[in-house]
Amino acid sequence: MAVTAPHCDLTPAAPYDVDRVRRDFPILSRTVRNGKKLVYLDNAATSQKPQCVIDAISRYYSEDNANVHRGVHYLSQRATDLYEDARHKINSFLGTMVGCETIFTRGATEAINLVAHGFGKGFVNAGDEVLISHMEHHSNIVPWQMLCEARGATLRVVPINDDGELIMEEFDRLLNERTKMVSVTHVSNALGTVNPVAEICRKAREAGARVLIDGAQSAPHAPIDMKAIGADFFVAAGHKMYGPTGVGVLYGRAELLDRMPPWQGGGDMILSVTFEKTTYAHIPARFEAGTPPIAEVIGLGEAADYLTKLGMDKVAQHEHDLMVYGTEQLKQVPGLTIIGNAKEKAGAISFTMDCAHPHDIGQLLDDEGIAVRAGHHCAQPVMRRYGVAATARASFGLYNTRAEIDALVAGLFRVREMFA
Amino acid sequence: MSEARAMYEQVILDHNKNPRNFGPMAEPDRVVDGFNPLCGDTLKIYLKFDGDLVSDIKFEGQGCAISKSSASLMTTLVKGRTRADAQALFDAFHHMLKTDHTAPVDEAALGKLKVFAGVREFPVRVKCATLAWHALDSALKEELPEEPVTTE
Ligand SMILES: Cc1ncc(COP(=O)(O)O)c(C=O)c1O
Repeated sequence: MAVTAPHCDLTPAAPYDVDRVRRDFPILSRTVRNGKKLVYLDNAATSQKPQCVIDAISRYYSEDNANVHRGVHYLSQRATDLYEDARHKINSFLGTMVGCETIFTRGATEAINLVAHGFGKGFVNAGDEVLISHMEHHSNIVPWQMLCEARGATLRVVPINDDGELIMEEFDRLLNERTKMVSVTHVSNALGTVNPVAEICRKAREAGARVLIDGAQSAPHAPIDMKAIGADFFVAAGHKMYGPTGVGVLYGRAELLDRMPPWQGGGDMILSVTFEKTTYAHIPARFEAGTPPIAEVIGLGEAADYLTKLGMDKVAQHEHDLMVYGTEQLKQVPGLTIIGNAKEKAGAISFTMDCAHPHDIGQLLDDEGIAVRAGHHCAQPVMRRYGVAATARASFGLYNTRAEIDALVAGLFRVREMFA
Repeated sequence: MSEARAMYEQVILDHNKNPRNFGPMAEPDRVVDGFNPLCGDTLKIYLKFDGDLVSDIKFEGQGCAISKSSASLMTTLVKGRTRADAQALFDAFHHMLKTDHTAPVDEAALGKLKVFAGVREFPVRVKCATLAWHALDSALKEELPEEPVTTE
């Protein structure tokens, strides 16, 4: 195994040095497609992993592997300690709050489903309403649809304006005493819009509703302060925040989680089992049935540490610069339309070109080693809202550079040459 | 591995830019919707039959250069031909796209369709190339599908 002690050892006070950051990510030095330098602009789909995360997983398997929470032996205790330590790391990454707990899931999708299931069963009845927005990822639409269908509740949708911003007057109008749950994304994966989540949470609470904030696209890009947001539930996807796939986070208020029925039954989530009756464990164990993704959780804890050391405020600033520069530069390409022009954006720029379909754009950029996403981004209602079947999307991570944006723009000029 | 650039043969670029038989049809005998769930692309084909002949065929929809040019070229090749000829073309095209990109193509059976041979190197794009053809295949069948035809 490669020993890479110097990696991920950034002093908090250091100014943001993107070249140095890039060296933490081994994949960024590989070439693709006949020796082209990789320009990875598909971070909203998944981010790359720093060496320290790769090492943490590898180290776990080579030195500490055992099942958690169930053994008296040395390794089992080691594994359990590492696993629980990762929980503390995530807690503090999200701005530790008294009375809140981190539950590990298999992804952001599973975290939303867990809440839709548990909260729905416990608190949503016929005639109640669930309020989401028009810019949600399918994973923040379908679970609520399923819940509403099962409970006889109604799904309401806050519309967005042409710039891709929530229409807050409509939010105010749709929020009412029947609203039991508001579930809104922090940052849109399809439009890049940053939503006013603190305002949403405050208003929802005043109306007596609970709030879930989908942080899949915000946690990788900006400091998250659960206290300032004021949500009841916050979900994130490990693989989008420089951690491994197969792990997600549900951060929520313990008093609510405590009253939610469990979602999967099995080992680890019980206090006692007889054939007549099972007593469930307390949170978080109650929602972590079965052997959890141990290596992935440990890897995610390492990713959170890495981000904390880099400083999420610096990451946010660096990416803001890319967003401003990228927007400016893309606007230089004739026939290009940016989809989503919210005043506050993060992470992603979606666009279409009059001469070429997003698939063709993505395909030709790939020839040059530039990875973007082309498609509906699991947000078909957004596509329909703008009357397009798909968009091309360039999405940034903490290791992207202005030079990479220049490469993207040059590539788009070549797309134009071919198709115009 | 070739560059994708090479996949976009001149014929493909031409049909993409100036699709033939593009637009709605009044009083068609058959209408089939095609949908590619992967990219959200949609396509509608209209057919008129005169006995055993496909007397008219048109298409509409949103799609990439590969799916649009494939649909366009398909309409030009199928119009005025018998159902059996159309079916044989579908079979030949479908067969070619299922083979490895190094396999020789049956130029006699495929004619102009051989320009799509390069698509085989880009597996996700094969579905773009076959979307219209799957819709045609289903239109040629006795029973019409209730749901849109998909490439899945
Ligand atoms: C806004 C948003 N929410 C939820 C998800 C789902 O995340 P996962 O697929 O990791 O469960 C995504 C992933 O694309 C997303 O962008």
